[in-house]
Amino acid sequence: MEFSAKKRAEAAERPRDWEEIRSDFPILKQSVRDHPLSYLDNAASSQMPQDVIDRLVWYHSGEHSNVHRGVHTLSQRATRAYDQAREKVARFINASETKECIFTSGTTESINLVAHGFGRLFIGEGDRIVISAMEHHSNIVPWQILADEKGAEISVIPMSDRGELILDDFDEMLEGAKLVCVNHVSNALGTVNPIEEIVDRAHKKGVPVLVDGAQAIPHMAVDVQELGCDFYAFSGHKMCGPTGIGVLWGRKEWLEKMQPYQGGGDMILSVTWEGTTYSDLPFKFEAGTPSIAAAIGLGAAIDYLESIGMDRIARREAELLAYGTDRLQELGGIRIVGEAADKASVISFVVDGVHPHDIGTILDDEGVAVRAGHHCAQPVMDRLQIPATARASLAFYNQEIDIDRLVAGLYSVKEIFGV
Amino acid sequence: MSMRALYQEVILDHNRKPRNFGALEKANRRAEGENPLCGDNYTVYALVDDQGVIEEVKFEGQGCAISKAAASMMTVRIKGKSIEEAQELVQGFRHMLTGELEGGEKELLGHLTVFEGVAQRPERVKCAVLPWHALLAALEGGEKASTEGEHDVWHEE
Ligand SMILES: Cc1ncc(COP(=O)(O)O)c(C=O)c1O
Repeated sequence: MEFSAKKRAEAAERPRDWEEIRSDFPILKQSVRDHPLSYLDNAASSQMPQDVIDRLVWYHSGEHSNVHRGVHTLSQRATRAYDQAREKVARFINASETKECIFTSGTTESINLVAHGFGRLFIGEGDRIVISAMEHHSNIVPWQILADEKGAEISVIPMSDRGELILDDFDEMLEGAKLVCVNHVSNALGTVNPIEEIVDRAHKKGVPVLVDGAQAIPHMAVDVQELGCDFYAFSGHKMCGPTGIGVLWGRKEWLEKMQPYQGGGDMILSVTWEGTTYSDLPFKFEAGTPSIAAAIGLGAAIDYLESIGMDRIARREAELLAYGTDRLQELGGIRIVGEAADKASVISFVVDGVHPHDIGTILDDEGVAVRAGHHCAQPVMDRLQIPATARASLAFYNQEIDIDRLVAGLYSVKEIFGV
Repeated sequence: MSMRALYQEVILDHNRKPRNFGALEKANRRAEGENPLCGDNYTVYALVDDQGVIEEVKFEGQGCAISKAAASMMTVRIKGKSIEEAQELVQGFRHMLTGELEGGEKELLGHLTVFEGVAQRPERVKCAVLPWHALLAALEGGEKASTEGEHDVWHEE
């Protein structure tokens, strides 16, 4: 089942066009409410191409068993596929070692793992945790829980009206800090944050950096060594993979010092009533039977993305973003929220006089799927003094026609509401 | 269902110019209604006399057109009614939204049937019902109604 090698060889010969690539996604071929589906909610969850779906079917029909436990053939097949998926992840983000990649259930669990395994050990009373103003709740709440428990304090890196981090006082903020938590790309605004600069400055003061990469990993080539960060977290379901799988990449030096997050099978070398020795990385952090199928599906998603090429994907999405931004601006009465100079293909917007929830319903009626709400980033909404936004988030398999349908839908919104 | 059937002119009008909008200083009942998932947030104020008649009712807050129009039309409708009558209206309103109208309820609701289209949009039912739940909470001496968690009036029965 080496889709990947074949795909890569093909791609090298002849780059497939975007029309063809879109047709890899069976879910996009349906109609919703009598309109062709335009799926613009990719930041919430992306769709799976047929290759990934087939890989899951193949696993369940020919390979399924538990991993690392059986002498029998199926268990060996499952184990091999599972281990290969981890190797694919390591290659994809350029980890220096495969064992630095821990499978989790998603970004949320990855961050919680660091909050427990690292935070409990290294963050104490009076210590500071520095968090950016544009985080998803999953990179806020675990730190609030930890800070409450330990008597640590949280400092927030402020953000401009355009949605860019203001790093003027960052160096002072790092005094007494034990960790910096920042997303690579904001899910609510699309801002791409200057991770390398943040890491450089934090490391100068000896402070490690955790990067929430949930929204970056589907849109650009990520090289954790180049970024220089200490932890990088992401989810499979936002990068054409299945739900229930995510990754925490961490520097070996930290991971080795950290405590296990959960106890159980698969994470121990030996258990006696006198005590237990934990397994080595990555298994120390993977208690219990993992999401085997989902991990293998994630591996297939990586093969698929690589068959197109992350740089090509980034260029295509930049085109779509520029087209979408222009087309939205030509409609009066619409304000784009998040205007950072460096942006991923996320367009958050508000329409004067119409609540985002109503926009979402009317667009859905025309087959256009967007998200309306605070996008699990309430502090961002509070900072910008808006209750919510509508958000169109684009993937490489979207096309100009999807944006045209969005714009047509917004004309309907304006007509119905008389604005 | 067309969007025009959902967003009827009456609803849009109440959304643009909500009636009885603002705080009611002399209120003796007050409750908040919130939908944490979409950020809708209203406060409903009522002045109830000794006989249990709602003399005045106002609301303030923010949210989508459906919830705001529902709140506005509710205040118009509920003024001068007894607590029992208000409870019957809430009941009827809920039945309409879940497509379970019982005999006589449609007549009871009258104008409020402009919200009938919401029943076709299950994900918006919570919006329409939110202000009514806040009112109910206020009348029954509660402080809060929510579409989620422990204050979720919808699932209490
Ligand atoms: C920036 C960011 N961080 C974290 C998450 C949480 O990801 P998950 O729900 O897959 O754990 C999301 C998903 O919405 C996100 O956009």
